Amino acid sequence: MTAARPKDSPVVEFVGVSKTFGDVKAVDTVSFEINRGEFFSLLGPSGCGKTTTLRLLAGFEEPDEDGGEVRLLGQMVNRKRPYERRIAMVFQNYALFPHLTVERNVSFGLEQRKTPSTEIGDRVRRALEMVRLKPDVFSRRMPSQLSGGQRQRVALARALVLEPAILLLDEPLGAIDLKLRKEMQLELKALNQQLGTTFIYVTHDQEEALTMSDRIAVMDNGRVAQLGTPAEIYENPRTAFVAKFIGESNFFEGRVVERAAGHWVVRREDGESFKVPSHPGLSEGSEARIAVRPEWMDVCTPGGIPPGENALSGVVRDIIYLGETMHLIVTVPGSGDVTVAVRNEGQLIKPLGWKRGDRVAVAWLPEDCQVLEHE
Amino acid sequence: MTHRIPRWLILFCGLVYLFLHLPIFVLMLFSFNDSKFSVDWRGFTLRWYQRLLERPDILRGLKISLIVGIAATVISALLGTLIALALARHRFRGRRAFEGFLYLPIVTPEIVVGISLLILFALLNVSLGVTTITVAHVAFCISFVVVVVLARLEGMDQHLEEAALILGADEITTFWKVTVPQLWPGILAGALLAFTMSFDDFVITSFVSGSGSSTLPIVVYGMVRKNVEPSINAISTIILLVTSVLIYVADRLVRER
Amino acid sequence: MGKIREQALSWLYRRPEAQAWALLGPGAFWLLAFFLVPILIMFVYSLMPRGIYGGVARGFTLEHYARFIDPLYLDVLQRTFVWSIACTVICLVLGYPVAYVIVRSGRWRNLLLFLVVLPFWTSFLVRTFAMIFLMRDTGLINNWLLKLGLVQQSLTILYTPFAVMVGLVYGFLPFMILPIYASLEKLDLSLLEAAEVLGARPRARFRRVTLPLSMPGVVAGCLLVFIPALGSFLTADLLGGAKEMMIGNLVQNQFSAARNWPFGSAASFIVMALVLAAVMVYLRVKDPTPGKIR
Repeated sequence: MTAARPKDSPVVEFVGVSKTFGDVKAVDTVSFEINRGEFFSLLGPSGCGKTTTLRLLAGFEEPDEDGGEVRLLGQMVNRKRPYERRIAMVFQNYALFPHLTVERNVSFGLEQRKTPSTEIGDRVRRALEMVRLKPDVFSRRMPSQLSGGQRQRVALARALVLEPAILLLDEPLGAIDLKLRKEMQLELKALNQQLGTTFIYVTHDQEEALTMSDRIAVMDNGRVAQLGTPAEIYENPRTAFVAKFIGESNFFEGRVVERAAGHWVVRREDGESFKVPSHPGLSEGSEARIAVRPEWMDVCTPGGIPPGENALSGVVRDIIYLGETMHLIVTVPGSGDVTVAVRNEGQLIKPLGWKRGDRVAVAWLPEDCQVLEHE
Repeated sequence: MTHRIPRWLILFCGLVYLFLHLPIFVLMLFSFNDSKFSVDWRGFTLRWYQRLLERPDILRGLKISLIVGIAATVISALLGTLIALALARHRFRGRRAFEGFLYLPIVTPEIVVGISLLILFALLNVSLGVTTITVAHVAFCISFVVVVVLARLEGMDQHLEEAALILGADEITTFWKVTVPQLWPGILAGALLAFTMSFDDFVITSFVSGSGSSTLPIVVYGMVRKNVEPSINAISTIILLVTSVLIYVADRLVRER
Repeated sequence: MGKIREQALSWLYRRPEAQAWALLGPGAFWLLAFFLVPILIMFVYSLMPRGIYGGVARGFTLEHYARFIDPLYLDVLQRTFVWSIACTVICLVLGYPVAYVIVRSGRWRNLLLFLVVLPFWTSFLVRTFAMIFLMRDTGLINNWLLKLGLVQQSLTILYTPFAVMVGLVYGFLPFMILPIYASLEKLDLSLLEAAEVLGARPRARFRRVTLPLSMPGVVAGCLLVFIPALGSFLTADLLGGAKEMMIGNLVQNQFSAARNWPFGSAASFIVMALVLAAVMVYLRVKDPTPGKIR
């Protein structure tokens, strides 16, 4: 056996990393691994620790004294300065050097590495072409002469020209308007796949994260609430926070009363009960909380509940027209407003048939219950 | 503005502006008056300016003012910039106290600064001359430089330095290649301000200069006291014009970007 | 060389406070040695008896401070105080309207502002000389008064309290205008529009919205005039007679003709104390909560 690392060892390892500022633990014993070529997102609301995590990777912050290890490409880099780590970064407000031309901006990193000047010119050209900026037109321009989208591309070129193994991106599309943002999302994803570079992407926009990522780490209060593929995160949220932050969810609570074939039965305070799939975290008598997404639910007449489905009765409070879908807001006693999303088959040709004040039942399949963990 | 300013108000302000600027304007005008004693206009002449060139005391004063000015400017620009960097980028104990300490030279009356330095130099048995003047000037210029450069630093995007670090430049390289080019207009503006204050200073300088090291303002003061000729108007005009240009440039630099 | 650099950087990097003090060090030393320490020495001098040649002799005494009870010197203190306050009031009356107009001057704003900033930075000596040129017996004002037959002989304008007051106002007016301008500029115009919609007429809007909200600027301006006026020297020196002494002139006198360094130090320290007291007041009053709109 040689001592060579196997080809698929992780490029980034965060091992029990903590970072404290004053009294606040911005990052609290966080661990994860990122594989080569992955598009990995750190997702969460402001203050959740995602940016601090990125800065720990970059080297702008160092972990606490006993605050775990940061490993890049197998090496422990806790005490290494940013310029000693072979990692590249794209900043939120681009951070282009205002006193240098586009060309000099892009070549900055190469100059620091003492790349021979014959090589620099070529690599700069190729980097600009890769981000779809014509070198002849843009090389000599100053950052102040560029639009937001163009500056973003230059920032990207400046990072990619170094052919890094890992690229950090700190909410790079935040300041860009919607249409251009969608375009750039696709471009970034394409670059990730084309170059095989590992992308680590920080964002607070869950749609963005779901669209682009191979895996997402959802963060809350300095911890990773859940780590998984977009499908896992969306379809099987583990905590109420994740269920709330990603997409929409309806929540139901109750106490576990009995175990039937493959299911647990949960009884609510008002006596109604519903079935949930067996879950290791549940035992008889324990409290349970579940999440159900609006699109997994349906509205039916109190008597017409499909067999085997859970159901709760309520009254239609509002109907909202969203184009592709219709949202029915049903007030269920004991659970407040429950949102049910139904596909819009054309209200003018095939109207839903419900109206405000109708007594209905909201129904869903037991498999579509997400049993939530206590936070 | 939807509401017009009342006419009497405009008139009032016009008068105030006149009050502020007419004396200077008149002073400058009469530097060209072809008459030694009379305050009547006798014709246009440049002879008072020529006179200045013939006066060794004026030329010497100018030379000393320039030497002191440049030396004091360079030193205070350097020290002031370093302080501004410390204040903008670091948190440290005693920061509040230090900031207060920094503003003291700005509020302290010149007379107090002047005599306290005179006392110091007398105590240390240092003879008064160009060096003591320069030392004094740096002491009161530093704070002004700090204010100007600090303002510029605080407006600077901090991520620029981080970008340089991650692109492979260490702290020193980042400072020279990114921070300084950004700061440069601020440093220059601070330097121009410092030079102006040094060049114009009279009170402090009068206490710390020796008999052989009179700066231009000291020479002018002597002339004013003795109440001589329109050459005073001439030298005053020159001082005013030079200062105005420097202040204008500093003002543009501060507005830039 | 590279190794040393690396070592130095990594040593410094771990110690942010050391970095800060490395940067502050030279400047702080200069200020300490050539600003603070001299003033402290001056204070010590003020407590020592006068030596033979006008310097200090060993010992401790409060006589120099006690001398200020003498009406001669009380007079100087009082005059300084009264003139400084008068100057402040006049500057306020002249300066507030100017600041108000500048804020509303639209495209002229930058020019008007520059015209106020310029005197701020111009040589005080030259500006004071301009006053002399106008006010002296053979000066421009008298010249025209005589010419127009308004007087029979030259008025004594120079070397009077009037001349000093004009000189002080002339010198410090920009110091009043700029802070008031700054606080008026921050005034949210929609507040005035709201007041108008509520039925307030121009004078009421000014009295109840603009004036209270510009108070911070007014206070700043008053102190920025009062403090230097207290310590002023040149104006009284050139425009006042020997009788019209402000405390700054008294100090200067002790270090030249009168040759009494300890006494001069005491006088100087009193000025310093007055200035510091005024600064304290300013810091207390600075940034109050937004003015109450009555």
